[in-house]
Amino acid sequence: MADQDLLDNDEPLLVAKSLSKSFGRIAACRDVSFSLYPGEVLAIVGESGSGKSTLLQLLSGQLAASAGHVSYRMRDGVARDLATLGEAERRFLFRTDWGFVHQDPAQGLRMAVSAGANVGERLMAVGWNHYGRIRDTASDWLTRVEIDTARIDDAPRTYSGGMRQRLQIARNLVTEPRLVFMDEPTGGLDVSVQARLLDLLRSLVAELHLAVIIVTHDLAVARLLSHRVMVMKGGRVIETGLTDQVLDDPREPYTQLLVSSILPP
Amino acid sequence: MTAMIDVTDAKKTFTMHLQGGIELPVVSGVTFHVDPGECVVLSGPSGAGKSSILKMIFGNYRCDSGRIGIRHRGAVIDLASAEPRQVLNVRRSTIGYVSQFLRAVPRVATIDVVAEPLIVNGIGRPDAQARAGELLHRLNIPERLWQLPPATFSGGEQQRVNIARGFISDLPILLLDEPTASLDAANRSVVVELVAEKKRQGVAMVAIVHDDEIRHLIADRIVDVTSFAAAA
Repeated sequence: MADQDLLDNDEPLLVAKSLSKSFGRIAACRDVSFSLYPGEVLAIVGESGSGKSTLLQLLSGQLAASAGHVSYRMRDGVARDLATLGEAERRFLFRTDWGFVHQDPAQGLRMAVSAGANVGERLMAVGWNHYGRIRDTASDWLTRVEIDTARIDDAPRTYSGGMRQRLQIARNLVTEPRLVFMDEPTGGLDVSVQARLLDLLRSLVAELHLAVIIVTHDLAVARLLSHRVMVMKGGRVIETGLTDQVLDDPREPYTQLLVSSILPP
Repeated sequence: MTAMIDVTDAKKTFTMHLQGGIELPVVSGVTFHVDPGECVVLSGPSGAGKSSILKMIFGNYRCDSGRIGIRHRGAVIDLASAEPRQVLNVRRSTIGYVSQFLRAVPRVATIDVVAEPLIVNGIGRPDAQARAGELLHRLNIPERLWQLPPATFSGGEQQRVNIARGFISDLPILLLDEPTASLDAANRSVVVELVAEKKRQGVAMVAIVHDDEIRHLIADRIVDVTSFAAAA
């Protein structure tokens, strides 16, 4: 992973403190704490049901925590507790400073409107109103994610899976967010399509100095994209550290199992 | 203390939980230092823990105990207890690692693979590529390959790309894990020259080299790793 402009800034962007979430008697997420710095990519790994997607929803304010809190440093430099943000403020954050890349692009895109409108919509939401500029910017972003601009007026339902995912990324990045949440962004794609997407994500993340929290069960994705990993099991973070450290020198029995379960290509 | 690397009483054990929790002692009591402009070669048979020590110095393997003192931007930082962010900063501006194998990134051209460490440290792309080209030239990678990703290159070519990437930086510490392993005589001597140039620039190096001839050519001092054999 390129460490461009990395981590000289000493103020965290997002801080989670003792986050927990229970659904009835089931504890989906237990006592999770960490800090994320600008430009830092954190991977959350673990098997299905380990609580990683719940954690992502807690961190992005889509789900209320049973205990603990998340604070985020806004563009004005003031850290705010997400639970105290009003609904309008939270939505504004989601449209501007944050991105959310879903595993299923249909969840993050409007499938029936054109690709250009999918990207342009985010710009309009932050007050852009000049049609020509919106279209130029949308077209520029399609190029950056390697979509032929001849397809700008086509709806994503006519796109392949890999193109849809790249369009979803363009839609998220067009407002220049500082933090992007990603939930299994390469899940369900062919291996060759996956490699291209990963390579694209890797260069965009470094170029735009994005902070990313990425949930994945694929350790190769974590290795390629992230600086740091948290390994989750049964709702708890059982091991955390530099990505290469955790993957090359895993300590916990479960992490050793995960690492040793990878089939060599 | 002017040493660039100062390792004191470092210890490493692997606990294999999947094999019933057996403990594999790797090394203990690892103590040595490396001064600027000096190349220390670790010697010992396979399995003695040479690569593990190199990985401990790079922060890739965690230490059970002991200290890995690294001179980083004028201050000494203990990598054995540093935060992940500090380790990343040390790797960005202080320690480079040249492994035997290139971890190829799909689709990135060879010239950019080599230039990347300079670009990350703020050097402009044209300058970085010019220096990358010079090194690739010296290491006999033909110019027609420079725009191709190295993934399809032969093992020896990939290794030379990796060496170019490792030696291009201006980092004050370099760790070399068998940099000459599968090279022919001409390219081995290029690596020997590169090491000599780094010494003149005051770079501190720790190397693992199996070839006796190369070892004599680059080593200022030899540290025998068998003396750090962990008691089983």
